[in-house]
Amino acid sequence: MAILVFAEAINNKYKKASYEAVTYGAKLAAMSQTECVAITNGDSSVAGQLGVYGAKRVLSFSSDAMHDGQALSAILTKAYGDVSANTIVLADNSKSKSLIGRLAVKLGASYISAANGLPDMTAGYQVSRGVFSGKASATYSLQADNKIISVARNAVGVEESGAAVEAEAYTPDAVESKVKLVEVKRVEGVVPLPEAELVVSAGRGMKAPENWTIIDELADTLGATTACSRPVSDIGWRPHHEHVGQTGIAIKPNLYIAIGISGAIQHLAGVNSSKTIVVINKDPEAPFFKAADYGIVGDLFDVVPRLTESLKKFKAAQ
Amino acid sequence: MNLLVCVCKTPETTAKISFSDNNTKFNPEGVQYIMNPYDEWYALVRAIELKEKSGGKVVAINVGPASNDIVIRKALAIGADEAVRIDGEPTSPGYVAAQIADYAKDKGFDIIFMGKETIDYNGALMGGMLAAHLDIPFFSHASALECSDNEVTVTCDIEGGVEVLSTSGPIVVSASKGMAEQRIPNMRGIMMAKRKPLNVVAPVDYSENTSVAAYGLPSEKAGVKMLDPENMDELVRLLNQEAKVI
Ligand SMILES: Cc1cc2nc3c(=O)[nH]c(=O)nc-3n(C[C@H](O)[C@H](O)[C@H](O)COP(=O)(O)OP(=O)(O)OC[C@H]3O[C@@H](n4cnc5c(N)ncnc54)[C@H](O)[C@@H]3O)c2cc1C
Ligand SMILES: Nc1ncnc2c1ncn2[C@@H]1O[C@H](COP(=O)(O)O)[C@@H](O)[C@H]1O
Repeated sequence: MAILVFAEAINNKYKKASYEAVTYGAKLAAMSQTECVAITNGDSSVAGQLGVYGAKRVLSFSSDAMHDGQALSAILTKAYGDVSANTIVLADNSKSKSLIGRLAVKLGASYISAANGLPDMTAGYQVSRGVFSGKASATYSLQADNKIISVARNAVGVEESGAAVEAEAYTPDAVESKVKLVEVKRVEGVVPLPEAELVVSAGRGMKAPENWTIIDELADTLGATTACSRPVSDIGWRPHHEHVGQTGIAIKPNLYIAIGISGAIQHLAGVNSSKTIVVINKDPEAPFFKAADYGIVGDLFDVVPRLTESLKKFKAAQ
Repeated sequence: MNLLVCVCKTPETTAKISFSDNNTKFNPEGVQYIMNPYDEWYALVRAIELKEKSGGKVVAINVGPASNDIVIRKALAIGADEAVRIDGEPTSPGYVAAQIADYAKDKGFDIIFMGKETIDYNGALMGGMLAAHLDIPFFSHASALECSDNEVTVTCDIEGGVEVLSTSGPIVVSASKGMAEQRIPNMRGIMMAKRKPLNVVAPVDYSENTSVAAYGLPSEKAGVKMLDPENMDELVRLLNQEAKVI
């Protein structure tokens, strides 16, 4: 038996999420006295690195259909059989969202997406995740022998528990893809919002789009990614991909700074899993303060530049 | 085009969430329900737009009890031509996918739309499962979808950008923001919806392998520390030394 972890490489590099998935797989293997095997599209120059996070074997394949969930699922189900796996672990991200449901059906497996911890095996096999947009959690019981788990950010973090291994070349069956990749467009330079550790977010309190320079300066100083509330992206002050909340992106960074955002329940639903929340609002009654760790009542046009200055001083002193 | 749109019922976005029976059941008391926003605002409207442009029909489908009919009628009022309700308890995405797959397998739908996730269970699982049953491609978190002659081009959200993909056959697609603009049903739509067909079909057998054992509510925050707006050095110090996030 084995735990098979799919570790995606993008442009032959791994993101933290892939190391987290391997870490999770290694811990799960230790709990169930099996072996963690990673399968990856990274080539042999990078793939062996996954051993550091606990993969005992690393299978490296190459495919020109990585964009096609159907083709990728065929590769993974084949490998699943080849290594006699009983569980697949993947990082919860856009790739797993296109894969996990299909894998569950193909393998007749129990499934959980965005698991926020390791299973509890004392009574059956139970894993928890957030539900109701972060307003609650649910513990799922996974009853089938085969299991598919996608791992939420920071569920177990990244842990080095082994050493690099020699990656084995893995040749999947030829699959004919029905899907053509037309193009990939990525915003260069900034950390994408779902992966950002530090986020500076602003809302309607900003009054006008041209006022965002103070937000950009704060974000640049911190090395943070910018986000916004829904009305602000709806009226076109900010791009759609910055919209966080129940109907936007759900995030859980280490630090979320909310500026001129009232803290409506739909907004909180997307950000309340952040580790530390700072709220800057001129209204002491703003509901956001109830969800905050640190609160500042004041005019954002004074407070934000002052915060940027303090951060610059702090950075310079480091 | 022959279009199927999966719509489901979720608690309204400000609903207070609580549980009963020793935290094993969702407590529906006092909870108002709505159509899942992604289904209503994006999936359904894009399907209607495609029909308006190139003809065909839009069928809305829901798996659930008769009390879900209000959501289905709303889909008809917004512009779906007919509706189907599979009369079962939607206990899991696996169950829902098996039901919809069985219904859709021989109906020749060109595109099956759904929302990117439900705002209650946030699983984002159903689409991939449905596509697996039907053995067709699945595009998740699509923010744009265009059809021409024999080709569908779909723009999917990925971390920090988008991926543009194209294919020719039937597909399953889950919609995220950007796919369409929300439409509010008008009086005429609401009247017409009453006369549109809503077929109720019996569910097929399904054996559940994944279920919720218990629910929990997040622990309360320790309480907010209010800081002097004149003294941002103190905030920076706390973020560094106390919260350890910078
Ligand atoms: C179905 C549904 C889904 C929704 N989904 C989302 C979602 O995903 N994400 C989301 O964000 N919203 C969502 N909303 C909207 C949500 O209910 C709120 O309307 C929205 O979050 C409010 O945005 P805001 O805080 O920027 O604006 P407002 O509520 O107008 O708040 C502005 C805040 O700025 C403060 N302010 C003003 N001037 C200053 C100043 N000079 N200095 C300091 N503070 C100042 C004010 O005190 C106020 O608290 C949804 C709503 C519905 C009905
Ligand atoms: N009971 C249901 N009936 C019809 N469609 C559903 C049902 N449950 C979920 N869906 C569809 O599947 C999408 C994704 O759901 P999920 O995978 O559960 O997050 C939703 O946005 C709906 O479009």
